[in-house]
Amino acid sequence: MAYSDKVIDHYSNPKNVGTLDKASKSVGTGLVGAPECGDVMRLQIQVDDATGVITDAKFKTFGCGSAIASSSLATEWLKGKTVDEAVKIDNMDLVEELNLPPVKIHCSVLAEDAIKSAINDYRKKNGLEELVFEERIH
Amino acid sequence: MLKLPIYLDHNATTPMDPRVLEAMIPYFTENFGNAASRNHSFGWHAEEAVDYAREQVAQLINADPKEIIFTSGATEGDNLAIKGVYEMYASKGNHIITCTTEHKAVLDTCKHLEKLGAEVTYLEVQPDGLVDLKQLEAAMRPTTILVAIMYANNEIGVIQPIKEISAIAKKHGALVFTDAVQAVGKIPVDVIADGIDIMAFTAHKMYGPKGVGALYVRRKNPRVKVTAQMDGGGHERGMRSGTLNVPGIVGFGKACEIARTDMAADTERIAKLRDKLENALKQIDESYVNGNPAHRLPHVSNISFKYVEGEGLMMGFNQNIALSSGSACTSASLEPSYVLKALGLGDDLAHSSLRFGLGRYTTEEQIDYTIKAVTDTVLKLREMSPLWEMFKEGVDIDSIQWAHH
Repeated sequence: MAYSDKVIDHYSNPKNVGTLDKASKSVGTGLVGAPECGDVMRLQIQVDDATGVITDAKFKTFGCGSAIASSSLATEWLKGKTVDEAVKIDNMDLVEELNLPPVKIHCSVLAEDAIKSAINDYRKKNGLEELVFEERIH
Repeated sequence: MLKLPIYLDHNATTPMDPRVLEAMIPYFTENFGNAASRNHSFGWHAEEAVDYAREQVAQLINADPKEIIFTSGATEGDNLAIKGVYEMYASKGNHIITCTTEHKAVLDTCKHLEKLGAEVTYLEVQPDGLVDLKQLEAAMRPTTILVAIMYANNEIGVIQPIKEISAIAKKHGALVFTDAVQAVGKIPVDVIADGIDIMAFTAHKMYGPKGVGALYVRRKNPRVKVTAQMDGGGHERGMRSGTLNVPGIVGFGKACEIARTDMAADTERIAKLRDKLENALKQIDESYVNGNPAHRLPHVSNISFKYVEGEGLMMGFNQNIALSSGSACTSASLEPSYVLKALGLGDDLAHSSLRFGLGRYTTEEQIDYTIKAVTDTVLKLREMSPLWEMFKEGVDIDSIQWAHH
């Protein structure tokens, strides 16, 4: 199976690889997937408490090229968005942008889950109610 | 000059040796006869060529030419052997013993027979990939008609103790079948010394053409018969009907002859390169060689690089290096290698494995390039891996409640 140029580009030059201080109140961390399944994504957001704008986003991913590309692209999209806007990022947008084949859709779902999980972690730390998301079958 | 891409997937298939191609060419055009045409020179020429190839194939495994049944490949050989024995020896029993690391052509054939009333024991292998002889002995029953254990494994290269296995089978009156696809032509295989009754192998894993293989069926001590699985003209002593693939068979014969003459030198050279590759990659932290290192094919190395995922790893160099991974992502099933899991490896290590299969044309330059490319990619991906970061921080990854999906 050949990868799309965009997947190859994100894999070769991943954006925003790194770690934010997960103890900080303004950082939300999402860790999703499982080693047994062959992919684990950790996605972190740094939020400006005053404006609710995501000022920084970082990821680390254990997984295939499509999983790495999905999380790299997700961090790109997150930066500059407000938390409320970020919640609306849909996995199918990632699929479209990266041209993922059907067998790799689960990588995009994982990235969406990681975003939501990071947002909820941020909300929890800041005394906000966690958002409830529809259960998805991967 | 290093020519890219580099092929290190010789367990999947091998390039054809130019000497093999040369031997085959006349049999497509001038000598196109049907080997079963008994009444004219076209048929005679073809039959002569097949007979010669049969001798070349038999000689490589120390068999009699009459014991060679040409097939379309090893999947057919596996099917014919196991189903053929099951039918032919139905009056003796219905129990078959095999093991969990066999090729799907053996496992799925056994599963098919289970539906028809066969009883099948799937022996688990030890963590090094070898069958436990005591377990085999304990699994033998009066109704056991066949022990089907592969000669060498396709994913990890582990060589089973076939001689000891056949001694146990003989003691209990069962036949021994071995899928020797990965072994024949690479290491010495002697059906007499090893006590093998039936053996499947194929040309394209030993620098011959695709679409042709052989089933060795013993004719003496004991005389073994298998029920044909294809009805027709009664070719190949009635065990495998179908017009013989003359050019393919000629090429297979030539490939066997070359394997016999070149094996010692090839093996020595390839094993050195494999060891160089493996020793260099073992220097990477948290890398593990899978399978028994002493009982192993000389050209195979299967290594898990913990905390990086196999497909992601291959993506770092698969424009330039061709090899295989035990990762789920390389198959449609999303399940990692059942062979590695049978060794007791966790799914995470199975997902992190690469299989290196060297061959006749592998050069030291290619190996040096591969060592560098793989090492660089592992290190790069680990910098990107949350699991590596946790490992470095001393977090017990197994203690985390992962959300399985």
